[in-house]
Amino acid sequence: MATTVHEPPRIEPPHERSRLSAGSGNGGRSLVPADGDLRRIKDYSPPPSATGIWVVMASITMSFLAFTSALIVRQGSASDWHHLTLPRILYLNTLVLLASSIALEVARRQVRSFMAGGRHSAAYPTRWLYITLFLGLLFVAGQYFAWLQLRAQGLFLATNPNSSFFYVLTAIHALHVSGGLGGLARVILRLNRSILRQSTLDATAHYWHFMDGLWVYLLLLLWMKL
Amino acid sequence: MHDMSAHVAHHAPPTSFIRKHIFSLDHKVIGKQYYGLALIAVLVGMVLSWLMRIHLGWTNYAIPGLHFLSSNGAPGNVMTPEYYLQLMTMHATIMVFFVLTTAPFAAFGNYFLPIQVGAEDMPFPHFNMMSFWVTFVGFVVLIASFFVSDGPTLGGWTQYAPLSAVGAVGGPGEGMGVVLWASSIAIFCVGQLLGSLNFITTTLDMRTKGMSLWRLPLSAWGWFITSCMGLTAFAVLMPACILLILDHVAGTSFFVPSNLVLNDQLQPHAGGSTLLWQHLFWFFGHPEVYIAIVPGMGIVSHVLITNMRKPMLSHRVLIYSFGALAVLSYMVYGHHMFVSGMNPVSSLAFSFPTLIITIPSTIIVLIWMGSLYGAKLHTNTACLFALGFISMFISGGVSGFFLAQPSTDIMLHATYFVVGHFHMVMGVAAMFGIFAGTYFWFPKMFGRMMNETLGKVHFWLTFVGAYCIFMPFHYLGLAGNVRRYQAFANVDYMAHLVPLHRFITISALLTGASQLVFLYNLIHSRFWGKPATDNPWQATSLEWSTPTTPPPHNNFGDKLPEVFHDPYQYGVESSVGDYVMQASPEQVSSGHDEA
Amino acid sequence: MAKFFAVTIFAIAILSAIPILRHTWWMAPDISTHGAPIDEQMSETMAEAGISFLASQLILGLFIWKFSNPRSGDKIKSFPGGAKAMVWAAFLLVGTEVLALGVFGAKAWANVYFTAPSPEAMPVQVQAGQFAFYFRYPGPDGSFATIHPDLISEANQNFYGIDADHDPDAKDDIVTAEMAIPVNREIHLLMHSKDVGHSFFVPELRVQQDFVPGLDLSLHFTATKIGRYEIVCTQLCGLGHYNMKAYLSVLSPQDFDDWLKKQAALQ
Repeated sequence: MATTVHEPPRIEPPHERSRLSAGSGNGGRSLVPADGDLRRIKDYSPPPSATGIWVVMASITMSFLAFTSALIVRQGSASDWHHLTLPRILYLNTLVLLASSIALEVARRQVRSFMAGGRHSAAYPTRWLYITLFLGLLFVAGQYFAWLQLRAQGLFLATNPNSSFFYVLTAIHALHVSGGLGGLARVILRLNRSILRQSTLDATAHYWHFMDGLWVYLLLLLWMKL
Repeated sequence: MHDMSAHVAHHAPPTSFIRKHIFSLDHKVIGKQYYGLALIAVLVGMVLSWLMRIHLGWTNYAIPGLHFLSSNGAPGNVMTPEYYLQLMTMHATIMVFFVLTTAPFAAFGNYFLPIQVGAEDMPFPHFNMMSFWVTFVGFVVLIASFFVSDGPTLGGWTQYAPLSAVGAVGGPGEGMGVVLWASSIAIFCVGQLLGSLNFITTTLDMRTKGMSLWRLPLSAWGWFITSCMGLTAFAVLMPACILLILDHVAGTSFFVPSNLVLNDQLQPHAGGSTLLWQHLFWFFGHPEVYIAIVPGMGIVSHVLITNMRKPMLSHRVLIYSFGALAVLSYMVYGHHMFVSGMNPVSSLAFSFPTLIITIPSTIIVLIWMGSLYGAKLHTNTACLFALGFISMFISGGVSGFFLAQPSTDIMLHATYFVVGHFHMVMGVAAMFGIFAGTYFWFPKMFGRMMNETLGKVHFWLTFVGAYCIFMPFHYLGLAGNVRRYQAFANVDYMAHLVPLHRFITISALLTGASQLVFLYNLIHSRFWGKPATDNPWQATSLEWSTPTTPPPHNNFGDKLPEVFHDPYQYGVESSVGDYVMQASPEQVSSGHDEA
Repeated sequence: MAKFFAVTIFAIAILSAIPILRHTWWMAPDISTHGAPIDEQMSETMAEAGISFLASQLILGLFIWKFSNPRSGDKIKSFPGGAKAMVWAAFLLVGTEVLALGVFGAKAWANVYFTAPSPEAMPVQVQAGQFAFYFRYPGPDGSFATIHPDLISEANQNFYGIDADHDPDAKDDIVTAEMAIPVNREIHLLMHSKDVGHSFFVPELRVQQDFVPGLDLSLHFTATKIGRYEIVCTQLCGLGHYNMKAYLSVLSPQDFDDWLKKQAALQ
């Protein structure tokens, strides 16, 4: 599974921007302005992937808010709302997704302790990342099963508004989860090639947990409304 | 290695032609690509508007060659009523999305935001490259609708349901045309979201040492605030387009109610909500118009300051006002729906934030004008367009007073008054912002100056021409001239308005023709313009500190600049003149260290 | 260049204002009972917008004239009061102005939308469809026959999908292609869309309201002047949108009764 790593992967801790020490040729010039006006300049900036992932999560949240409001308005606009029973496998899928988040957190802690010099091989963290990936794939497969179960009941995309929203919400969520799977795969590849950055791992983990939370929200929404 | 450049995927300068000019990771190339796309789009959009205007003035005129564009749409070169609506829909869609959102924001922002914050590039260059090509694909998909058998959709850029959702039975272009339109816009949303990602992370995380947020130039603030709006607005439009496409191809009924009868046939849909589309669309649509104008406000502020040789009365108040516009823009969207059939109480509720949003707009205009007082204004072409922006924004803005109140809106909704309002306040003003940015930044982008005489000719023809075109729209609206009509002779009370339409058409054709002066200037100067120095305008912000012009691949060469000053130190006494650059460590005495 | 700019702006501002002041192109005279507050709002808004427009364009031109083409010795000056003055000006002037417009405008709006039709209002139904309006009067029994969408047929001229054989209310329904109403009588207009979105606009009557498919909306108004007016569709509904109109005749009570009898005979 994991390759034997001969040197610790270069996972950088949160850095400090330090132009002076980088030998950028400031020539030891004092940065204090002549008039003594010391404005507090922020020297520390988070790595862009940390900000970036919040940006991504904000935009995905807005999209699902739009879908939610569409659902609420559509429910109120006509009396053709036929309650459907949620396929049971959805609850199993939820557990699988939650388990994958736990596996991811274990992997993260392993990586951190590895960086602190705790272990000599990256086998453990990589293993847990593979578990996360596997559980994620299991989730997507489980969602597909849920669709099959609905189809068996005769509920297709256009059958009634409830089924429409069921398919749309779960499909779009699964699509975003697949993006997360891609991110996880990338993390595993980089870890194996010893070029994984802490910020990349953190960003991917945040995204994955967000997919988890989003699913719980959607499940509640589907359960309450459909 | 702990410097910021570690966070940019280090890309060495590309060598192959494809990597340099086509699939480039360099934000400067991407910015130029966006500009090129916007240029093509504006030419297409402008030609469409000429066709529309000719038809409105002379409804049965056979426009030479039109049947080559569509034999269905213009048999014998005479435009059919449906083809007018189809051209109108494409005109609006192309202009709003591929010109007004693309040029001031994606084109100039991609080129100059990283430089103005003092970075080598944006943090996610691959996503940035994708954002351009995704936008380009969106454009191609939209244009493809010209070539399907039924033609493009005719439902207006607003695509109100159920007309947009019932399918081909609604009219020509309502089948494949709508699917292509909605797909194109959904693709465009993805491109914009990728772009916003880069803009926000660049502004927050890639600023060089000494560059605090308050020290960013106003153009950078304009792009940053716009990208925050884009993030939330486009994320709502995309689901709406997806649901619309599903209504078309999957038989769902999100937007189509029951019991509709078209062509004497009962339609199969059931239970959908037509107002739902309007709510989703305008929740996006109102922030979108601010997305179109706020970058222009940033650019115009930036250009004006350089040419006034003094900073604005207050840097921070302007920034707060841009921010207030952005926040309030989400609360006002219902003013597009006053008579839509939504609860009349909601109409009143929406009208109050709509009136209140006048306050930050007024603060911005008053600060611009108040800053002109006591300035040392150099009226070069870029500055003229910036001043023209202010004039246009005022003119377009005051007509908003009428449209913000539901009671007066009863008389003006869906008339030419609305069309005049948004063309002036958004269309022309944003175009002037684009022109100001072009004349100002061309020397930095291409190392050559644009021709000033041609520039001034372009300005005068465009400024006077735009007023001749769009001021009369307001008179037409007051007289009750309904919009989205392909002819007015059928309605008794509108028939006498045709001569005014003809005046507008002639103004439009002349003003359009005068854009050739700009196009010629652009192309000629690109290759044969006078070589430019690194800082021809004696400006202060970081883009004028690059070691070469055009800037090198990594913008600043060996080392990133360090910022010692607020962005607009003008009116001081320094070793170089009446200004000191942001990256210069020189301290000056009578600086306007403006808060 | 700066002087030229200033002169151009002055000219544009003044030339733009002239057609407004002279009402060269203007709203048709009001023939409704609820329109006076709307017209007052228009005038007040025009005054405020007009003054803002003229003042700001003139000041812009003036400042450009005065502060361009600097000589080398010129020093830059700051507007007295600085940004603070501008913010105060915006809040005070614009804030009070727009709130006033909002509050008084709300009354004009409430006049139209927050009052119920009187019980003596005459009900008339209007159906909008691609690309014509059809009107229906309930006849002596005062009730409208049910609309059966599956029976709607332009080909058979059954615009309202009336089940003439089985519906007792159908006997005296009067369906017309033109609308007529008696003067000085309140009308309760019931709006229904057959297919897509349309809108009902009569400028003289100071009414504009969208039809929403799937929603039953209504308006009420009273016309005060006899005459012939046009109802136009203002919501893009397809290729015939430009041609979708109907005539509205406001008649004396006697003429209206005659008209209605004639229409009934044509059913």
